[in-house]
Amino acid sequence: MSMDQAIVMGASALGAGISMFGCFGAGLGQGFATGKAVEAVARQPEAKSAITTTLMIGCAFAETTCLYGFLVAIFLTFTNPFTNALVG
Amino acid sequence: MEITGAKILFETPIFGGIRITETTAVGWGVVVVLIGLVKFFTSRVEKVPRGKQVLAEMFVDFIYGQVESVAGKRSLGIAPYIGTIFLMSITSSLSAVVGVRPPTVDINTTAAWSLVTFFLIAATKIKAHGFFGHLKEYLNPLNIVDVLALPVSMALRHFSNILSGFILMELIGLALAELSSLALGAFGEYFPVFRAGIPAVLSLYFDFFGSFIQAFVFIMLTMVFVGMASEKKEEHENI
Repeated sequence: MSMDQAIVMGASALGAGISMFGCFGAGLGQGFATGKAVEAVARQPEAKSAITTTLMIGCAFAETTCLYGFLVAIFLTFTNPFTNALVG
Repeated sequence: MEITGAKILFETPIFGGIRITETTAVGWGVVVVLIGLVKFFTSRVEKVPRGKQVLAEMFVDFIYGQVESVAGKRSLGIAPYIGTIFLMSITSSLSAVVGVRPPTVDINTTAAWSLVTFFLIAATKIKAHGFFGHLKEYLNPLNIVDVLALPVSMALRHFSNILSGFILMELIGLALAELSSLALGAFGEYFPVFRAGIPAVLSLYFDFFGSFIQAFVFIMLTMVFVGMASEKKEEHENI
């Protein structure tokens, strides 16, 4: 393996790891949303089904940024455009 | 180990070589299964529902109820589309259980669905505000980004959620096969014992729960955005 390839592969692996930092914010946001939903159910137990549906939608939105980071990590790990460009 | 995209099964000799991938093949399989289910559930329809007809009517009632409560009575016409996408998404994602590559682990499938949703929202907006009233919205360049980001984020959300479950299940299967060959030697390598039942428990979460949630979120977002698009301006100001 040439030096160039080694540097590119190592940098891709580091990049994949760093891109998963996006999950930090998504986890924080989902935690806040769930906490507020629990408060809402405790205050108004009869509105439980509506609150759950809204929470699901909100969590799906909050998850999106995390999933973008995840996709970048997956592309860097499995398909790796940079090493392919170097070899090809 | 290797995680790849959908394999190309063959290329058609006509039309300049259209690639038939695993996604296409399994997708048509899902369509055939759904048509079979519909034929089964709607054979011998009676005025007083009985047996399997009750189940089918429950599903249709559920979809129409959701559309009415989320998107409003005015948008009740999209209910058949919502039900179709819901069934198609769930069946596609659940096809991982029988061991084939699910069509939803391919950005093309989810991108096609979200493009249909995108045009549905645009058509609803034109219907509610008129063609030129609809164009007025794009005077603000931020709105253009907002409108264009919607199909991209919807497609990527569905795709990457199912993809993460798929990759995790693959990794768990490989790890269990490795474990059985370590514990049982050559016999375990030939016949990975641990791979036989343990992934089923995890598949309950990653396959069943995940695919149900994603299908629900997809139809929910479609209904919310169509409902927002169908609101007339004067009503919007009253809220």
